[in-house]
Amino acid sequence: MTAPLIITRELRKSYALGGLEVQALRGVSLEIGGGEFVAVMGPSGSGKSTFMNLLGCLDTPSGGEYLLAGERVSGLGSDALAAIRNRRIGFVFQNFNLLARTSALENIALPLLYCGVPAAERERRAAARLAEVGLAERGHHHPAQLSGGQQQRVAIARALINDPVLILADEPTGALDTLTSCEVMALLQQLNRRGMTVVLVTHERDIAEFAQRVVTFRDGRVVEDHRVAAPRDAAAMAAQLRAEAGVQP
Amino acid sequence: MRIALRALRINKLRSALTMLGIIIGVAAVITMIAVGSGAQERIESQIKGLGTNLIILMPGSTTTGGVRMGAGSRNTLTEEDGYAIQRDIPAVQASAPTLRGTGQVVGGSGNWSTVFQGVTPEFFEARNWVVAQGRGLEPQDIAGSAKVALLGDTVARNLFGDSDPIGQTVRIRKVPFIVIGTLERKGQSLMGQDQDDIILMPISTARNRVLGQASGRLRTVGSVSIKVRDGEDMKAAEEQIRELLRQRHRLQPGQEDDFSLRNLSEVLAAREESSRIMGLLLAAVASVSLLVGGIGIMNIMLVSVTERTREIGLRMAVGARGRDILTQFLVEATTLALIGGLLGIALGVGGTVAIGQFAGWPIQLSMEPVLLAVGFAAAIGIFFGFYPARKASRLLPIEALRYE
Ligand SMILES: Nc1ncnc2c1ncn2[C@@H]1O[C@H](COP(=O)(O)OP(=O)(O)OP(=O)(O)O)[C@@H](O)[C@H]1O
Ligand SMILES: [Mg+2]
Repeated sequence: MTAPLIITRELRKSYALGGLEVQALRGVSLEIGGGEFVAVMGPSGSGKSTFMNLLGCLDTPSGGEYLLAGERVSGLGSDALAAIRNRRIGFVFQNFNLLARTSALENIALPLLYCGVPAAERERRAAARLAEVGLAERGHHHPAQLSGGQQQRVAIARALINDPVLILADEPTGALDTLTSCEVMALLQQLNRRGMTVVLVTHERDIAEFAQRVVTFRDGRVVEDHRVAAPRDAAAMAAQLRAEAGVQP
Repeated sequence: MRIALRALRINKLRSALTMLGIIIGVAAVITMIAVGSGAQERIESQIKGLGTNLIILMPGSTTTGGVRMGAGSRNTLTEEDGYAIQRDIPAVQASAPTLRGTGQVVGGSGNWSTVFQGVTPEFFEARNWVVAQGRGLEPQDIAGSAKVALLGDTVARNLFGDSDPIGQTVRIRKVPFIVIGTLERKGQSLMGQDQDDIILMPISTARNRVLGQASGRLRTVGSVSIKVRDGEDMKAAEEQIRELLRQRHRLQPGQEDDFSLRNLSEVLAAREESSRIMGLLLAAVASVSLLVGGIGIMNIMLVSVTERTREIGLRMAVGARGRDILTQFLVEATTLALIGGLLGIALGVGGTVAIGQFAGWPIQLSMEPVLLAVGFAAAIGIFFGFYPARKASRLLPIEALRYE
């Protein structure tokens, strides 16, 4: 096994809510190796999203330590965190978070805007990523003109544009039907096979079974952490579903 | 920049309304400066046309305290008064008695109703008239009551069009004159009169042959134009002229002057002052409008920052730093202000030209106020955009993303 990409030690996060302190994370110690595909599960309010936001450097912990690729992230300033989000991490959100009235290509190229890539290069790379997620001819469509699954694939292309080491996906299939979910999962599996580390939050056991490892949260703590003996293949699953429904790929 | 333009395009109506303040402000600044400097320019050219040291001497009332002056008292201004001023007061450069009349002039290809003035050679110097073509009046023209005339530009063009009037004959009140010269253009006077609608002739000819006055002892004149030498004190010169005339008119101490002295450049200076104050008022109105426009921009940018919190959060999530967000919103505000500024310039220039065309006011458009307006608009955008932009840049990524 490779050196851990992510190491958290006693990671804590508490929110002050009207004088009341809500402890969202109560000490999470976890190691995730480079190239792993991890699913995070747990009941609502157990701190999954909070944990993901800390991993993604979108939020800062109240206590504990977080090392990303050996680097202590906990103490960094906001510009350094922005740079990490830009170069090393790709986000996929439940609600896609694409910019409205902005073409798919421009949405995908957005991260490149913040690391000084010239316009022509941005467009070229965005077009390549769009082709990878199988939407080559939809480059000039706006999000409103795309289906949910297509929007999520655009969002994944955006997450990939800067060749990150880590993909963080918080309920990426939450808003999608079964077939589209499988297609999105197939895409993530494919990325994982190319060596990318994927951490995914989901409520559905079916979805979690596409991962190699399932971590379960309860009340801000990790209560279970097991490997999946034989992860299911999402691409095959999607093909099967399509065949059943009689839909052309 | 493109992000900014797109953001503005999405809310076209709102952006347009926001820009309105800037548009009006900038248009007002430009129009005001153009009209103001046009007026200033006209006044200045009139001052130059008149000379800065011109005194006009006119006859005053012929009665004092209700008592009519006895016969033989010199109660009107005479040609000799004019000559005496020239002769006896060293501070005077030129003193030109003038007789004025109106009449029909026929000649060349048309006829024209105009003003003629009987003058002496000093008149040209006193009133800054320049002979454009031909020659001016000579002392012998006066002595011999020669039937010669100089035509103002308007008269020359109305009678002769483009052809050369020199040497031609014109009939003024049916009296034939030879045109010996034309006068250089002076343009409109302060009161909007055409100063070039004029004919000059020897004062003796005007008196004897055109106005038909008997050549008695009292050779009265309508006015005397007096030019004081450069560097001489106007007030002192005026006082000397007054003394001389009172003496010549045999006025007792305590008796009112039977003439009046007017220093025209003072009148003009007063007008210049009032047009300047007018300009300042307009500038105040324009700056209030710009200020209101700026506040409008700030308001709309604050709304925009709130509305687009999630967008800001997303941009931060994919790597935008605080200063990237700051720049984005600053550019947006500045673009808004600049587009407003450009539209304002268009409106201002259009309005100025329209005013020039329809109201007939003199206008003077120049580059500086336009640049000033653009600079001002940009400054307003940056100034009033800064607060909302900084607010946006200080959002925390996770809170912005979660914002509903
Ligand atoms: N911004 C916040 N302010 C206050 N409390 C918060 C905030 N965000 C999360 N919490 C609290 O922290 C706890 C964990 O929330 P979190 O969003 O991590 O749960 P989750 O596991 O993602 O739940 P779900 O499955 O519903 O998405 C919850 O009790 C929640 O109320
Ligand atoms: Mg959640």
